[in-house]
Amino acid sequence: MKFGVIVFPGSNCDQDCYWVIREVLGKKVDFVWHKEKKATGYDCLILPGGFSYGDYLRPGAIARFSPIMQEVIRFAQKGGLVIGICNGFQILLEAGLLPGAMKKNRNLLFVCRYVYVKVENTETPFTRMCRKGQVLRIPVAHFDGNYYVDPESLRQLKANNQIVFRYCNKEGKITDEDNPNGSIEAIAGICNKERNILGMMPHPERCAEPILGSEDGRLIFESIVRFCESKK
Amino acid sequence: MFKVKIYITLKEGVADPQGATIKHALDSLGYSGVERVRTGKYLELNLNLKDEEKLRHQIEDMCKKILVNPVIENFEYKVEEMQ
Repeated sequence: MKFGVIVFPGSNCDQDCYWVIREVLGKKVDFVWHKEKKATGYDCLILPGGFSYGDYLRPGAIARFSPIMQEVIRFAQKGGLVIGICNGFQILLEAGLLPGAMKKNRNLLFVCRYVYVKVENTETPFTRMCRKGQVLRIPVAHFDGNYYVDPESLRQLKANNQIVFRYCNKEGKITDEDNPNGSIEAIAGICNKERNILGMMPHPERCAEPILGSEDGRLIFESIVRFCESKK
Repeated sequence: MFKVKIYITLKEGVADPQGATIKHALDSLGYSGVERVRTGKYLELNLNLKDEEKLRHQIEDMCKKILVNPVIENFEYKVEEMQ
């Protein structure tokens, strides 16, 4: 089981992902520079958070044309696991690997705090260690996390059970006050129809050890490890 | 040589919190009659091409490929010949 963490100019959560995989999970991991055209030998590729290309034009709009993205698309089409976290999620949207777009947060503020998200779908490689309806305490840190998708695509997301995480309160209730950015249907994370690509705004790599105040993020990484190791 | 002015606007139905905030500020300053404010982006490109037809084709391609996010944005542009 080996992870690859893609590093774009401006990525800033790449080290945190690397740390969690190597030091917390004890698994193999490499950094993969965005100019690489190949990434072989990996079971899961991570597009980390940060501000690739300074978020110029739109978050993720330029990074999606980095050479490595062609390889990420090929890898995903072959069924490889791809997880985009925060800016990584924005890149996946811009690349068309997941539907929808990110707008500025509705309060026009950079939101950086712990939130609660409800696990809506546990039948994915990324959430199989979670209980259905489980509430995770996990931090967000973004300016453009206000997820938008047109009504028809939203209907399809629901019909195919592609909504993986929704913002909620401590008890798991979806309320408008607990939606930190104004996302449609309080969506915090979605996957593709095939379930091998996940995009999420919250940062699981920032809450995978007790010293950080929450270990809930570890469930995401452990789900991936368990899924990949059970296939071998 | 041409100057191309590209106007990127949010699609109808896509909420615009920046526009709403600016409208609120105008209301607070006492300007009457402001019904609605929508924000957008403006890009200006100088292109050293001779054929305007080809240029228009290229601009549309650039907009669709990278400059505009078709999920939430529309665009229009003006082409001006430069001296």
